[in-house]
Amino acid sequence: MKTPVQTQLQQAIAAGRFALTLEIGPPQSPNPEPLRQKAALIKGLADGYNVTDNQTAVVRMSSIAASKIILDLGLEPVMQMVCRDRNRIAMQSDLLGASALGLKNVLALSGDHQKASAAGKLQGHPGAKNVYDIDSIQLIATIKGLRDDGRQEGGDPIAEPAPFFIGAAWTPLGTPRNFRVLRLAKKIAAGADFVQTQAVYDVPAFAAQVQKARDMGLTDKAAILAGIIVPRSAGMLSYMDRQVPGVEVPAELIARLKQAKDPKAEGIKVTVELIQAVREIPGVKGVHLQAIEAEELLPEIVKAAGLSPQDRG
Amino acid sequence: MIVAEWKPIPELLASLKGHKNVLLVGCATCVAECAAGGEREVLTLAPVLKMGLKDQGQEVNIITRTLERQCEPEFVEELSEIAPQVDAIMSIACGIGMQLVAERFIDLPLYPGVNTTSLAIREQAGLWTARCAACGDCMLGETFGLCPVARCAKSLMNGPCGGTRKDGKCEVDENTECIWRLIVERAEAKGRLEDLVKVRPSKNWSNSGHGGPKRMLREDLR
Repeated sequence: MKTPVQTQLQQAIAAGRFALTLEIGPPQSPNPEPLRQKAALIKGLADGYNVTDNQTAVVRMSSIAASKIILDLGLEPVMQMVCRDRNRIAMQSDLLGASALGLKNVLALSGDHQKASAAGKLQGHPGAKNVYDIDSIQLIATIKGLRDDGRQEGGDPIAEPAPFFIGAAWTPLGTPRNFRVLRLAKKIAAGADFVQTQAVYDVPAFAAQVQKARDMGLTDKAAILAGIIVPRSAGMLSYMDRQVPGVEVPAELIARLKQAKDPKAEGIKVTVELIQAVREIPGVKGVHLQAIEAEELLPEIVKAAGLSPQDRG
Repeated sequence: MIVAEWKPIPELLASLKGHKNVLLVGCATCVAECAAGGEREVLTLAPVLKMGLKDQGQEVNIITRTLERQCEPEFVEELSEIAPQVDAIMSIACGIGMQLVAERFIDLPLYPGVNTTSLAIREQAGLWTARCAACGDCMLGETFGLCPVARCAKSLMNGPCGGTRKDGKCEVDENTECIWRLIVERAEAKGRLEDLVKVRPSKNWSNSGHGGPKRMLREDLR
């Protein structure tokens, strides 16, 4: 039995509109004001707003609380949930609580390893014990169980289903590449309704992976939203190419930003071109656009890329 | 084998503060194989401790012993003659051996000289890498003989996360293979990639420490 779910994101996809999701990172603070300011910058642009869950294993305001705060401001959250910090008991409890608060989109992720935080500028908690009781695919199946089977992972019934629109992440160009489409297939088999991808810069390589997914019928079962991260400099692109697993940046793109007189403006142009290019790929149903620590650029980019709500059908 | 590694020498010296006669006891089994707690390490560590404490103005007499297996009561019993002559024991066996010694000589303080870290193999000379997490629910038959519980940084059950580096290493450590990359390669080599497509359901962790301390009872052997 499939429990009906209604979210703005789900409806946009169901109606065949080109979907747009953006991202809001909760603050490292109990003060909701920075979150409200970010939300005000990008309100009204997208169908959903990803709220990250202690990304890079750095402690921030909880994804549930931050999601509720932006929901109250009129933005529809996509609550991210990672498997690093909670076991299946805590996650299901939080999912029921999230549902009670009116949160309906949830994105299931493995989560950045806590050791990764030590590599950044912040100290993080590299000495923390991680959980990984279940993995992201098992989390997807667990959420689906709460929604469609009215049961917890352990088998106990829940009084009424929790209507979640279930998301998953996909790294189409990750290593080992042959397996990446199969891993997507597993996520969709487990219950993913939509999929947001790792940042795409190599459009032909991405299109080839999406084509494989289409050939397997996966793009009919779940909506793929191509991830786009606004590049701001050649240095940023080359860093991502070298250091971020699963991100492939063509050398000519790095060169283009290097030669640009105004790399920031060129980065916006590149972003617009990337969005237009992925929009042409059959099976791609939207984009997940990120302007990390530069959210103020988003309204302009969304407009230039033809992603304003009135332009998306 | 059970793998252990020396604790930092300053930590060892601090733990022996105030003691005059110390029994340093090793084990000739696993910890000898991983060069942490065998006879050679006992004989190396004893003078290091003695000199280190002397530098701090503390004279200490260190008696050394290496048992065949510190996790077997019969071997631990070999210490019963020497134990009355000491005021502390430092063990450089694994945590199992240490506890047996502590239990047998309950009046003596027992200090750990090593940290027990893993169930591992000697992969190369001087390099030990984890192989088993003693999870109590072995899935090696599904993963082509490679364990993702012990060898994936996130113990993932259904394939690699997005953190596999281009060269196939794990994002957590540039020198560690992404075990799922190796599992996928083995599956491909056998033409059985499809075997990895089935979603593996949530694992039952209750047959490991998560179900409470493990207690295996075999009535037929009692």
